Amino acid sequence: MRTVHAVAWKEIQIYFSSPTAYIVGMIFLALASFFFVRDLGAPFPEATMSNFFQGATIIFILLAPALTMRLLAEEQKLGTIELLLTSPVRDWEVVVGKYLASLVFLLATLALTLYFVLLLIIFADPDPGPIWSGYLGLALYGAASLAIGMLTSTLTSNQIVAAVVAMGILLVLYLADFAAGTLSGLPQTIIGEIGLKSHFDDFDRGVIDTKNIIYYVLLTAFFLFMTIRVLESRRWR
Amino acid sequence: MEQTDTDNMIEVRDLTHYYGPYAAIEDVSFDVQKGEILGFLGPNGAGKTTTMRILTGFMPPTRGQVSLDGNDIVEQSLEVRKRVGYLPETVPLYTDMTVSNYLRYMGTLRKMPRRNIKRRIGEVIDVCRLGDYRNTLIGKLSKGFRQRVGIAQAILHEPEVLVLDEPTIGIDPIQVVETRRLIQELGEAQTVVLSSHILPEVSMICERVLIIHEGRIVAEDTPSNLAERLQGTEHLEVEVGGPVPQVLSALRQVPGVTSVSHRSFQGRNLYSVQAKQGEDLRDEVSRAVISNEWSLLGMQSVGMSLEEIFLRLTTHEEL
Repeated sequence: MRTVHAVAWKEIQIYFSSPTAYIVGMIFLALASFFFVRDLGAPFPEATMSNFFQGATIIFILLAPALTMRLLAEEQKLGTIELLLTSPVRDWEVVVGKYLASLVFLLATLALTLYFVLLLIIFADPDPGPIWSGYLGLALYGAASLAIGMLTSTLTSNQIVAAVVAMGILLVLYLADFAAGTLSGLPQTIIGEIGLKSHFDDFDRGVIDTKNIIYYVLLTAFFLFMTIRVLESRRWR
Repeated sequence: MEQTDTDNMIEVRDLTHYYGPYAAIEDVSFDVQKGEILGFLGPNGAGKTTTMRILTGFMPPTRGQVSLDGNDIVEQSLEVRKRVGYLPETVPLYTDMTVSNYLRYMGTLRKMPRRNIKRRIGEVIDVCRLGDYRNTLIGKLSKGFRQRVGIAQAILHEPEVLVLDEPTIGIDPIQVVETRRLIQELGEAQTVVLSSHILPEVSMICERVLIIHEGRIVAEDTPSNLAERLQGTEHLEVEVGGPVPQVLSALRQVPGVTSVSHRSFQGRNLYSVQAKQGEDLRDEVSRAVISNEWSLLGMQSVGMSLEEIFLRLTTHEEL
C-alpha cells in the first residue's frame, strides 16, 4: 500500500506542477461551460445539468487519454522504467498508483464544475436526483476512460501514439450505440451493451442501475488488468 | 574456485539471452564473491548491459540460472531486487523532480523505513557531494551531477550488491577519478559488479576481471595477470577428464608451459595453460593428456582472440 501511495503521490505532484495538466483542465472547463450554458438562453430553459453531462462524455474521450498518455510511455522513453521495475515493487502497485493519480486529477477537475450546480441552485430550483446520479455516472465513465488510456500508455514509449490509440478505442466504444441502432436482434443487444454511452444515459436520467455500475467497474478492471499483464509480459520467458 | 563456495554472493550458470534470433549472451557462467569488485570488460555490444539487466531482475534470461545470496532472480525476484542497487548505463532519472524528492521516492520504492530514508538521503548526498543541489530539479543538472544522483539512488538502500553499468561514461575526467574512488570505497563493504570498455579503469578498480566478447566469457583473471597476458603469452583452455593433481603436474611438465591453473565448474575440470608468446602447445598438451589415458574433452586457444579483443578495448585514457 505504501508503494501505491508513493507512486500515486509522485504522479499527483507532477500533475499539479506541470503546465500540461492545467491546460488540459482549463480546456475541459471551457468546453464544459459551453455545454452547460448552450441551452440556457433558449425560451423556457430547464434547470438541468444534462447538457453538461452529455457534453462531458464527449470531452472525456479527449481528456482521459491526455491525462494518462504520459504515465507509462514517458517512463519507457526516459528509461526510468528500468529503475522502477528493478525496485522491489510489484507491477500492479505501479499501475494502480499511477491510475489513482490520474483519477484524482480527473475528479478534481470534475469537482470544479460543481459551481454549475451552485448557479442552478441560486437561480432556479433544480431536481437534485439526476444531478448527483449524473456526477456518479460521469465519475465511473471517466474512471473507465482512464483505464483504457493506461493500457495504451503501457504499450508504447510514444505519448502521442498512446493518446491517439486510446482516443480511437474510446470513440469506437462511444459510437457503438449508434452502430447498434442500425442493427437488430442479438447483435444489437451485444453491441449496444458494449457501448460506453448507453450505460451513462440512465445516470443522466436520475436512475442508478447496478447493471450500469457493474459495467463501468468491469470495464475499468479489465483494462487495468490488461495493463498489468502487459507490464508483466516483460518478465515472461 | 569451487561452485559450492558459500562465500559466493552471485552465482551465474549458463546464462543465455536471445533478442529474436540473435544471442546477446550465450552460456555465460561466473561467480562473484561477497565483498568482491568484479569488472566486466568488453567492447561495445559484447553483452555487458544484457547481463546486468538480467542480474538486476529487469528481464529474465532466455536460459540459465542466476542466484543472488541463494535467491533465484526469477523465482524470488522481489527478494533479489531488495538487495540490489543498480545504475543503468543511460542514468535514467525523473527530470521534473528535485534531487531530494527523487531520492525519497526511490527510498520508498525500495521499502526503506521512513526514518532510515531521511538519514540515508543525508548520507548519500554527502558521499556523492550533492549538498548544494538537493533542491535542484534533476533536469537542470549537468551530466556529471546526474551520474552522482544515479549513484546516490543505487546506494541509498545500502544494497548488498551494487550493479553499475559503465559508471564513468560521458563524465569529465576529474569526476571520473572521483567516481572511481567512490566505487572503491563502496567495494569495501559491498559486492560490486561493474562494466566498462576501458581497460585501465577496470585494472584500477577491480579485484577480478571477466572479459566478455560477442556474448561469451573469453577470459577471467586478476587485472595484473591480464596485463601479463597482454604483454604476450599464449593461453589454452583445456578440459580434461582425470585426477586433478596428476593432470596438473603432467601439464606443468609439458615443455614450454609457464603456468597451469585449475578450476572446476559444474563438475567439469578446466585447466588454464599459459605459455610464452608464439608457442603453439596444442599438440604437446593433447599428447600429454592422451598418453596418460585421460580423456581430452575440450581445448581452445584463448590467447589469440584475447589480443584481438584487447585491440578493440579502450586501452589508454587521455586525462
